[in-house]
Amino acid sequence: MSDMYGKGILKGLGVSLKRFAETYLVDLVWFGKRYHTDKGIAHRGSKGARGIFTVQYPEEKIPVPEEFRFVPFLVYDEGPNGEKPQRCTSCGICAKVCPPQCIWIVRSTDPATGRPIPDPAEFYIDADICMNCGLCAEFCPFDAIKMDHDYELASFHRNLYDLTKLSKSAKYYESIRPINARRENAARAAKAASRTGQSE
Amino acid sequence: MESTELNSPDYKIPPELQSQVAITSLDKIYNWGRSASVWPLMFGLACCAIEMICTAASRFDIARFGMEIMRPSPRQSDLMIISGTVTKKMIPIIVRLYNQMPEPKYVLAMGACASGGGPFKEGYNVISGVDKFIPVDVYVPGCPPTPQALLNGLIKIQEKIKGEPIKTSRWYQKGPDLAEIPIPMLGPDLIDPRKIPLIVNVEKI
Amino acid sequence: MATPTPAQTLDLSARFPGVLTPDTRPGYSGWILDNSNLIKFASSLRDEFGYDYLSSVTAVDYLPESKMEVVYHVYKTTGGTGIVFKVQIPRSDPMEVHSLVSIYPGAEFQEREAWDLFGIRFTNHPDLRRILMWEGFAGHPMRKDWHEAYFEEEAKPLKSRWPDGKMVMAESKNLYGDNISYPDGFNPESQTFDPEKALYEALRTYQKDEVGLDTDHIIVNIGPQHPSTHGVFRVAVILDGEKIVNLKPVMGYLHRNHEKIGERNTFIMNMPYTDRLDYLSSMSNNFGYTLAVEKLMNVRPTERADYIRVMMAEMTRIANHLMAIGALLNDLGAYFTPMLYALEERELLLDIFEAVSGSRMMCNYFRFGGVARDLPDFTLQKIKDLFFERLPRKIDEIDRFLSENEIIRSRGIGQGVLSAEDAIKYSAAGPLLRASGIPYDVRRADPYSIYDRFEFDVVVRNNGDIYDRLMVRFDEIRQSIRIVQQAVKQLPDGPVMALKPMYQVRVPPGEAYGRVEGPKGELGFYVISNGKPTPWRYHIRAPSFINLTAFGPICKGQKLADVVAVLGSIDIVLGEVDR
Repeated sequence: MSDMYGKGILKGLGVSLKRFAETYLVDLVWFGKRYHTDKGIAHRGSKGARGIFTVQYPEEKIPVPEEFRFVPFLVYDEGPNGEKPQRCTSCGICAKVCPPQCIWIVRSTDPATGRPIPDPAEFYIDADICMNCGLCAEFCPFDAIKMDHDYELASFHRNLYDLTKLSKSAKYYESIRPINARRENAARAAKAASRTGQSE
Repeated sequence: MESTELNSPDYKIPPELQSQVAITSLDKIYNWGRSASVWPLMFGLACCAIEMICTAASRFDIARFGMEIMRPSPRQSDLMIISGTVTKKMIPIIVRLYNQMPEPKYVLAMGACASGGGPFKEGYNVISGVDKFIPVDVYVPGCPPTPQALLNGLIKIQEKIKGEPIKTSRWYQKGPDLAEIPIPMLGPDLIDPRKIPLIVNVEKI
Repeated sequence: MATPTPAQTLDLSARFPGVLTPDTRPGYSGWILDNSNLIKFASSLRDEFGYDYLSSVTAVDYLPESKMEVVYHVYKTTGGTGIVFKVQIPRSDPMEVHSLVSIYPGAEFQEREAWDLFGIRFTNHPDLRRILMWEGFAGHPMRKDWHEAYFEEEAKPLKSRWPDGKMVMAESKNLYGDNISYPDGFNPESQTFDPEKALYEALRTYQKDEVGLDTDHIIVNIGPQHPSTHGVFRVAVILDGEKIVNLKPVMGYLHRNHEKIGERNTFIMNMPYTDRLDYLSSMSNNFGYTLAVEKLMNVRPTERADYIRVMMAEMTRIANHLMAIGALLNDLGAYFTPMLYALEERELLLDIFEAVSGSRMMCNYFRFGGVARDLPDFTLQKIKDLFFERLPRKIDEIDRFLSENEIIRSRGIGQGVLSAEDAIKYSAAGPLLRASGIPYDVRRADPYSIYDRFEFDVVVRNNGDIYDRLMVRFDEIRQSIRIVQQAVKQLPDGPVMALKPMYQVRVPPGEAYGRVEGPKGELGFYVISNGKPTPWRYHIRAPSFINLTAFGPICKGQKLADVVAVLGSIDIVLGEVDR
C-alpha cells in the first residue's frame, strides 16, 4: 500500500482519546452525583449518555420495564381474614400452551363426591426447562399466573418450583405491573358487575 | 474489604500496634485473594454466550469483579461458565476441557439449557443438564439470564469461594488425586464410560 | 405474496411436455417431476429461463402415503417470485435422487443434511457424509417413525401434564438416566470405529501440486472451542506451509433439533423457538415464521402492526450488524475496543426491545395477525430520540474510528475474495452476496409486508473482499436508520391484532414458504400443514448455513490467519447453522 502514512490510525486514536477524556469531564460536570443515584442511572441509559456507561450491579440496579418477563409465579388474593385464595382454577390452559411443557398440574378432587374442584392440588414448574416466553401468562383467563421481575435466582442446586415457592400476593403483582394490573382489575370488575346485573 | 473484617475477633491487638498489625485467619485472606481474581474460560456455546459477552462489555462490566481476563485456554482459567445448550456432539469436548483445568476449579451452569436441558430437553441431541457429567457449583436459571442475573450468579460463586476452609476443601486433601472424569464416546448414541456395566447388563436382558 | 403470472406457468408445461405435473394437492403449488428428468429440467431452468439462484433444498417425509419428497425453491437474481418443484420417490430403501451439486453448487450442504436427517442418498454428490449428527449415529432422526428417547406423544400438549400431572423428571423414566437409547443388542465394549476418519479422508481429496520440493501437508483443527469461531464451530484445514490447500467446516455441535421439536409443537408454541435460531436478531426470525403461517391462514395484519413489525425488524438488523462489526474488528486484531463501542449502542436498542416485548433477546413479539401488544407510552419517544439524534452520529463515529485504519485496509482489501458468479453459484445471501456486486435484496426483489412503501437503497459493493463486507454492513445500518425514520413518521393509530388472541390456531392444509431479508441473508420458513394443530413439516432455510458453502472455496489459497477474518466477515451464528 503506497498510502500508508498512518493518517487512519491517527484518526482512530483521536476518537478513542476523545471518549477517554469525556469519561473524566462528564464526571466533573455531574459533580459527584452521577453514581448511586436514580437520575444518574437513568442518564446512562438515555440518548445523551456520554462518559462511563457502566451501571455497577449490586449497588446500582437498572430498573426493569413493566413488561419484563422472567420466571412465572402464581397470584393469590388476600382476603379480609387472612385467607389466601389462589386465583388459579387449574383449568390447565397454561400447561397446554407452554412450549417446552414445563408445567405439571394436578387438579384437586372433592374427596366426598370425586368431582373436580377448581383448585390446584399440585403445581410444579421446572425453571430449568422454562424458556421465559410468557405464553402461560398471556393466555391465562383468570389472571392467575404472571411473569415475575425477580432475576436474582442463582442457587447451588437445581430449580424445581412447587406451589409454595410460586405463590405471591396480588399486592406484589400490582407493585411490579401497575398498568397491567389496573387494566385487568377493571376488566374483572366490569365482568363481575355485568354478571350480578344479569342474575338480578 | 475493610480491614476490620479481616480481624479475627478473639485475639486482642495491643493499642500501640493497632495501626500496623492486622490479625486474620489464613482462610479469609487466601479465599479473598482467590475470589477477587477468578478467571473464566472463554466458552460460549449458544444464546447465553451473547449475554455473557454483554456482561463483559461496558454496561455490566465484569472487570469490576476481576473476571475480565477470559482465557481461551483451560490451563489458565478457574471458572468454566457453561453458557448454552450442551449437545451430545459437544459433551466429550466439554469433559476434556474440564479435565484440563487445573484445580481449584468451579463450574457455573448459565441458563436453563445448561442447568437442566432447557426448552430443548426433548431433542435427540441434547443432554439434560451438564451436571450429568461434570459437577456444577452454581445454577443460574433464565432463558437467557439477563447480565444482572449472571452477575448475581458470579457473586454467589465468590461467596462459595470465600466460604471454603482450607483444611476441609477437597483440593488440598492428601491421598489419590481427584479422578479425571472419563470422556464420553460417540457411537450409535452417546456412551458414558461410567455406565458401561449398566448398558451391558440391560442389553443382555 | 403474488402468485406466478399465467405466462410463466404456461411456458414451463409447454416446454416440458410429459415431464412436469402440476401439484394439485389442496393448498400446494409448484411442479412435481420424476427423478430421471431432474438434471435435465434443472439445467434448462438455469440456462434457458434464467433461474440461477437455488434458494432451498429440503426433504419431506409423507409416511401415510409411503413417499419421500425433495422440494426445491429457485429464484432469479434479477428479482421476482420463484419456482417450486418437487421430486417424489417411494419410501423404501434405497432412496436415491440425483444430486444437483453439478448445476447449483450451493446445494451441497443442504443435500448432506437431507441424507443425515432423512436417509435420502444423492447420487454423484462429491462428499456425502453426515453433517449435523456424527458418523455412526443410529438412524435418520427426522423420519416420522423415528422416536427420540424422551418420546411421549406425537403432538403437544401432552396428556401427562394436566389434569393428572404428577411431576416426574423425564430422566427418571429413562433406563440410563439421560436422553439416550441404544439399538437392540448393542455392546459398548466392542466400539471400534473412529468418527473422524471420514472427515479426514474427505479433506485429502484435492489436487496435489507435484512441482518443487515434495512437502508434507498438515491437518490443523480450529475449534470448536476457540475464541474466534463465533460459537461452537470447527474448521478442519490442510496446510501447505501456511497456505490452505483444502478446508472443511464441521458443524452440528449445537444441533438442537428445532425441526423435530417444531413438528411436535403447535403453531403458536413454535414462536418462542424461532427466537433461538438467529439469537442475535430474534424479531427477524419471528417475522419470517409469521409470514409463512399467515400465508397459509390467508390473514393480513393490521396497518399499525405492519409498521411496528417493520420498525422492529430494522432495529434488529442494526443490533445484529453492530455485533457483527464489533466481532469482525475483534477478529482482525483491534482487540475489544470497537466491540465495546458497538455494544454500547446495541444496549440502548435492547432497552427498547425489553420495554416493548419483555426480553432483551428472546422477544417472542409477533403473533399471527399482528403483534402481541402495543408499544408502551414512552417508547415511541425513545425510538425517535435514538434514531433522529443519537444513532446517525454514533455510527459515523465508529466508521471514522476504524474504516481508514491502515491495518484494517491491508488485511481486508483484496483478501478473501468471492466473485459475483461464485456468490450466485454457492447460493450466498445477504451482505455476502451484496458485497460481491449482486444487488439482490428480498425486500426489493420480492417485497413482503409494507416494504414497498419506504424509500431505501440496496447497498452494493463490487470487490467481494473482507473490507467490502465490513463496509456493506455500515451502509446497511444507515439505510435501516432511514427506514425507521420514515416508519416512525408514518405510524398510524389503530389495533395491533387482526384476530382474537387464541392459543389453538386453525391453519388450513397447504404449504407455504415465507422468506424475509434477515440481517445475515435470506431467512426462509417452509411450513406444511395438514389441518391438524401441529405442522407436518417445519423447515428453516438458514442463511448462515448456506453461506458456509462459500467458505471453503474462498479460503483456498489464503493463509491460515485469514481463515478467522473470513469467517468473521461471513458472519455466522451457530444457532442458525445447526438449528
